[in-house]
Amino acid sequence: MPIKIILEKCSGCSLCVKACPFNAIRILDKKAVIDLNKCNLCGACVSACKFKAILLEKTTTLASTINLDEYQGIWVFAEQKNSIIQPVVWELLAKARELSQKLKTQVSAVLIGNRVKEKAKELIHYGADKVYLVENEKLTNFLDEPYTEILVRLIRKYKPEIFLCGATSIGRALVSRIAVKLYTGLTADCTGLDIDLEKRLLLQTRPAFGGNIMATIITPSYRPQMATVRHKVFSALPKDINRQGQIIEENPLEKELKSRSQILEIVEEVSATVNLAEADIIVSGGRGLCSKENFAVIEDLAKVLNAAVGASRAAVDSGWMPYSHQVGQTGKTVAPKIYFACGISGQIQHLVGMQSSKIIVAINKDPEAPIFKVATYGIVGDLFAVIPALTKKFKEILKR
Amino acid sequence: MNIIVCIKQVPETTEVKINPQTNTLIREGVKSIINPFDMYAIEEAIRLKEKYTGKTTVITMGPPQAEEAIREALAMGIDEGILVTDRSFAGSDTWATSYTLSQAILKISVFDLIICGKQASDGDTAQVGPGISAHLDIPQVTYVKRIREVNQGFASVERMTEEGYEVISVSLPCLFTVVKEINEPRLPSLRGLLRAKQAKILKWSAKDLGLDEKKIGLNGSPTQVVKIFTPAARPQGMIFHGETAEVVEKLAEALKKEIV
Repeated sequence: MPIKIILEKCSGCSLCVKACPFNAIRILDKKAVIDLNKCNLCGACVSACKFKAILLEKTTTLASTINLDEYQGIWVFAEQKNSIIQPVVWELLAKARELSQKLKTQVSAVLIGNRVKEKAKELIHYGADKVYLVENEKLTNFLDEPYTEILVRLIRKYKPEIFLCGATSIGRALVSRIAVKLYTGLTADCTGLDIDLEKRLLLQTRPAFGGNIMATIITPSYRPQMATVRHKVFSALPKDINRQGQIIEENPLEKELKSRSQILEIVEEVSATVNLAEADIIVSGGRGLCSKENFAVIEDLAKVLNAAVGASRAAVDSGWMPYSHQVGQTGKTVAPKIYFACGISGQIQHLVGMQSSKIIVAINKDPEAPIFKVATYGIVGDLFAVIPALTKKFKEILKR
Repeated sequence: MNIIVCIKQVPETTEVKINPQTNTLIREGVKSIINPFDMYAIEEAIRLKEKYTGKTTVITMGPPQAEEAIREALAMGIDEGILVTDRSFAGSDTWATSYTLSQAILKISVFDLIICGKQASDGDTAQVGPGISAHLDIPQVTYVKRIREVNQGFASVERMTEEGYEVISVSLPCLFTVVKEINEPRLPSLRGLLRAKQAKILKWSAKDLGLDEKKIGLNGSPTQVVKIFTPAARPQGMIFHGETAEVVEKLAEALKKEIV
């Protein structure tokens, strides 16, 4: 097996037992013993051991034969919809700049679309040194296959060491496909990025098990190191119209434009005009709202605050709100600046979808509701009295 | 129509608790379930079979006990189950997992449609579904909320986006990942439960699939976990008590600088 305990070094301190997320280690006769039927080779024990007594090694030579030194620079996928660059791209460019200073390398954006050249300049204003621009009528909207084929070719040609993409519905589908085709590592939905300068590696931190644990992941021997990054965890740089950069136009190949899937229609639902993932403030309602009509109080508050409307699973399953508004395990994961949980008790399935919000405001009549355990501010009271009063108050403050 | 559903056995999240002394996950005695999103994939496959006839096969990669998840899918009405299991699969990341599953699917050989849940509730990556379609070089549609029609080698589906949805036409064979909105999974029938109990489940090892040991498990995984830690607990919050006007005043004051 690729994991083993070096008995001479093991002190039986049981730090590894505590670190194991799979309960696979016990101490027997003052030495750690790994139950290989439970072990998932995740490596948590290796980093926890202070005596370097646990070895985790690959048992064959790697499939990778690439020369790591050939790979230079950080790329950001500049996702556009209707020729509008998605806000997460600005956040990624800012983070990429910070990482590039540590690595002493350049930041490039890749923009694919149709007649989006003006937007390429904007990417430079927000932090890109170079923009690779690919334009074609058939690339107006995202399609899995053409976008994948083009990016795979450009990555092979220019060899970036890091490739970042927003953890959007497009991003997560696209880069999963690219990483497989390139045979490289991809870490989903990161909330932290840093550089291990000594090894020149990207440290990618992400929540797992619904945010109950965090894992830091590396891609040591394959390139590029790819990650999708959650919205709102990094801040964009201010726009600098004097920033200079280079735009490199790349023509798509005819065969790359072939797609076995085609978009027949794009439907924008009015109720989803404020994108939950991009919203700074979300006002969510749950079972405590009691009816569809009562969601009006939530919508009024959201309107004043320019916020998006969210809902718990209970509210969605009751038919009070469409599924696209659902926050939680089987809905969306959000992390706005302020999250209002109104009449939501705070079951774990809901908490995993919103507990990384900066400020959580809970309004609930039950003082024992678990939502108060994660709340930054809480009001125990009748939401039908509290929320309209709050709406009125914010109207005064914001003069809206 | 031949439909393959890929599922994963996961711990039931509601029961994942943190040991306050050691700050680690307590997994002992945690019930295992089929990943909630995969339930919609199973249901959709059964519905498509009911509508268009054909065969449904469920496939999972996991430890021997993942057999329970397969039996549960059979009880709902899936025709056949395959468990891809081998010690050498341990430590697989999404690249190695999607490679292994894609090779098992090639061994099944005849398929029109592969359906996966949008993501698994333990890993939350949403990478294995698209990874499988990339390995197989077939088209994919992610976040499918409705399958409108399957006809003459094409399917038209609705793909959920941040702003609404897109109607997409795609040629078969292809892979879909599905979201909750697509259906409401059925409960197993008594007959289904009996059949599932007696059903023979195929078990395939790395050797059965003729896999390259460089591409599976820890060996084949480009990513590597270097550290696992518990996130900092949220600081103790402030609960306001009293008359509505008073508490609203206090809350508005506290939020003022964030909102203005």
